[in-house]
Amino acid sequence: MNRRQAYEAAQRRRSLTVAGISTLAVVAAVFLLVPLAPGWPAVRASFFDGQVFAETFPTLLRAFLIDVMIFAWSVPLILGLGLAIALARGARAPALFPLRIFGAVYVDIFRGVPVVLTIYLIGFGVPGLGLPRPWNSPYIWGTVALVLTYSAYVAEVLRSGIESVHASQRNAAICLGLTERDTMRYVILPQAIRRVVPANMNMLVALQKDVALLSFIGPVEILRQAGIYKSLLANFTPYVVAAVIFLLVTVPATRYADYLLNRDRDARS
Amino acid sequence: MPEAKLSLRGVKKSFDANHVLRGIDLEVAPGEMICLIGASGSGKSTLLRCINQLEPIDEGTVWLDGQDISEPGLDLGPVRRRIGIVFQSYNLFPHMTALENVLLAPRRVLNEQGQGLEKRATALFERFGLAQHMRKYPDQLSGGQQQRVAVIRALAMRPEIMLFDEITAALDPELVGEVLAVLRQLREEGMTMLLATHEMGFARELADRVCFMDGGVIVEEGPPEQIFSAPRVARTQSFLRSVLRPTL
Repeated sequence: MNRRQAYEAAQRRRSLTVAGISTLAVVAAVFLLVPLAPGWPAVRASFFDGQVFAETFPTLLRAFLIDVMIFAWSVPLILGLGLAIALARGARAPALFPLRIFGAVYVDIFRGVPVVLTIYLIGFGVPGLGLPRPWNSPYIWGTVALVLTYSAYVAEVLRSGIESVHASQRNAAICLGLTERDTMRYVILPQAIRRVVPANMNMLVALQKDVALLSFIGPVEILRQAGIYKSLLANFTPYVVAAVIFLLVTVPATRYADYLLNRDRDARS
Repeated sequence: MPEAKLSLRGVKKSFDANHVLRGIDLEVAPGEMICLIGASGSGKSTLLRCINQLEPIDEGTVWLDGQDISEPGLDLGPVRRRIGIVFQSYNLFPHMTALENVLLAPRRVLNEQGQGLEKRATALFERFGLAQHMRKYPDQLSGGQQQRVAVIRALAMRPEIMLFDEITAALDPELVGEVLAVLRQLREEGMTMLLATHEMGFARELADRVCFMDGGVIVEEGPPEQIFSAPRVARTQSFLRSVLRPTL
């Protein structure tokens, strides 16, 4: 080991020690100080009841499957509609001008209204038209509300991605004789989509959480089930259980997405 | 314009108040290699981009094989596939391998498919000494290699004429040679070529004709020997003095 390496090894050891000590100090402070708060015993009893946790966990996990289901069928719809809106907003042909206007208005409306409101309005409003079963299902109209809202966001992200691809790429494709359509499909979009994957992953994580908002219009998914338990057991622990279950899914999902992105980047450089 | 492969008459182009081309007349015979020289901003690049109609021209006419390709409203797809162009900045598609870059346009535009096309593309890579890099992505190639792939990509469309827009200007000096070698090879194969270049030695050695551009016009044109050894116009003389001055 030369002098430089020895120095760097010493530096590394030092950083590790400092990081370890400071982490320990913070954790110790939380565990020692929070229980000193006057209301701690009451909070612990109503939020961190081990027995309630164990009792409600299996049912809440099953209720969470409903969230996963709604999420799973919403994602392809959102990506499809988002792409369609993004392309509509970029349409240049004069005949497609109405489509452009529609895209712009669509994005303005659904980005401007809180998700909960859209869910209420569509989830209660449309079935109110007196549709026959199964077309009055809150699953359908809740999904529609989520899809409409999220595809507006995804469309904007995609559009920014499309605009970030340098004009020289388009020129190169056009000069080879490719049509506008093929240029978009084979040259611009693949690059644009890769660039916005991180932003869209964030969007999907947010969606995974917002699925729980459908509980307001009926489906007994995890949040509503936790609410039922709360009333039944007069205890808030089921909400903590729900939070833990969400984290178990969203944290690994984001880490996995980061991993995929890095791998893709490494493969091309 | 029966004999010329490419013919320009009175071509003008301005960007707002900036008159970049002020009336260009030029004839390119089949198999001819013409070098455009001149300072940055003299209009060389714009001229090339006006030939394949990447920039619409304001006035004048461009004929390709006797067909007026500068006519407003003309479907430019079929025209552009006959004119290959290579840019200073390569502009390879970064999400595709070198081979995929080359295959895209023949597939989508010429409707070529399968084994025959792959063989043809592979042969091009072999011809320019890049067979072992075919499956790599542009980011994994050197600038010189990327530029050669860009040339192959244009050649895969079987163009009738090739335009080169200062294709060695962005390269490290030690990589310029390999790209010029490609041009030399194309020259021997009889490709009709129009180059905007700063490589004076190269222009002198290989060009059939050299055009000196300044202020949006072709100030002087002639065989390289005459332009480089006995320029007649004062502006040509001073430009050549400034670029050919022995470096320290």
